[in-house]
Amino acid sequence: MNFLKQIKAIVWKDLVSEFRTKEMLSAMLIFSFLVIVIFAFAFDPARETTRAVFPGIIWVGISFAAILGLNRSFVAEKENDSLLGLMLTPADRSVIYFAKVIGNLILVWMVVLISMPLYFIFFNFQWAGSIPILALIIFLSTLGFISVGTFLAALAANTRTSEILLPIIVFPIVVPVIIAAVESTAIVLGSVAHGGLMSWLMLLILYDVIFLAVPFVLFDYVLEV
Amino acid sequence: MIKAEGIYKRIGNKEILRGIDLHMKEGEFVTVLGPNGAGKTTLLKILAMLTKASAGKLTIGGVTVDDNVAKMRGQIGVISHNSFLYDKLTAFENLRFYGEMYQTNNLKERIYQVIDEVGLQYSLADPVRTFSRGMLQRLSIARAILHDPKVLFLDEPYTGLDQHAIGILNKVLFKLNKDKRTIFMITHNYEQGLELSDKIIIIYKGKITYQDQAKCLGPREFKQLYLEQVGGKQ
Repeated sequence: MNFLKQIKAIVWKDLVSEFRTKEMLSAMLIFSFLVIVIFAFAFDPARETTRAVFPGIIWVGISFAAILGLNRSFVAEKENDSLLGLMLTPADRSVIYFAKVIGNLILVWMVVLISMPLYFIFFNFQWAGSIPILALIIFLSTLGFISVGTFLAALAANTRTSEILLPIIVFPIVVPVIIAAVESTAIVLGSVAHGGLMSWLMLLILYDVIFLAVPFVLFDYVLEV
Repeated sequence: MIKAEGIYKRIGNKEILRGIDLHMKEGEFVTVLGPNGAGKTTLLKILAMLTKASAGKLTIGGVTVDDNVAKMRGQIGVISHNSFLYDKLTAFENLRFYGEMYQTNNLKERIYQVIDEVGLQYSLADPVRTFSRGMLQRLSIARAILHDPKVLFLDEPYTGLDQHAIGILNKVLFKLNKDKRTIFMITHNYEQGLELSDKIIIIYKGKITYQDQAKCLGPREFKQLYLEQVGGKQ
């Protein structure tokens, strides 16, 4: 019970701090919007090939916007050495990790919620899929991405070049998530033939379980670096 | 209360602490002095369970630290030259956040009590980013004592403080010491250390080179002794 209360306290603190300045959220939204506009000009929405790459464009936007948020999640804790203050509390280190994962997920989901309709409008893409399944894909994919990203963001925050380092170390590890996200989104949106959706979803679930469990064990060491 | 035996800390090839033996009784006020890079802050981090020793044994209240680190952290408070506070939150929100993390009972009442002690009752609703250095440190004191810790660690707490804030800090330390709280303070101000503490320790190159009762020597004799211990370094 204490575990949940402490997670709630950190999530509340992070979200209140963020909504007062909107530093991360505005950067993530502007970035998403720019990705949409640039790709909309780069690929002719009327062409059939654009239909094929549409799921990939969506996940490029989400992934890079998420990286922007991840970069700030632990760097912000360095101000006034507040991460040290957090580490002094009787909370288990995994509380800090899970609270940061939840905080980052909420921000990414807000960005997805706002930007997703714009992808369909700018690319003139006729919706033909199932919203609950797409929502499930977004949930599983962002969970996998953020669970790895939060763990590595804590590691990168101890370096001087964290903002450069983080994308370099995150993307090679989240390749399976991005591939599964793009492929399953393509199936749901009808960009490719149906079939294989279940195996992509199983891959995402497996990845999420592994990469939520690994930081649970290792996060203590990451904070001590 | 705190017993450290044969504490070593190595980072890479560098030996930061080389066999520290320390015994602090309940209610004792210990001041640690030493030149920069002597290993004072590393020792504090080990005692405050922020980092692990490479070798050695640490017990707090008779319990070995490795057994229940998270629970034992609830018994300590730390005041550093960094405030550990969040700029975008108000003073009240900062204290409420830390109170929730420490699972403090009657949190609201306790916040008003500690904020009164540090004289910031009229700034409770102000964002921390608007605070002066002195106010920040006073709020940091409130944060550190909010959960009523049995042991208080202070890392150069007087850095950048005005006379008013120094007076408040001394008052809080005096009260805590009177309430039998154990206090471990790192400072470069030996006069302050001699005045407040029961025991004085000098650390040099990762080793305790001197420890004795604080009242044994006057400031002038102590300065001479300190310079002898640390090879003339301030």
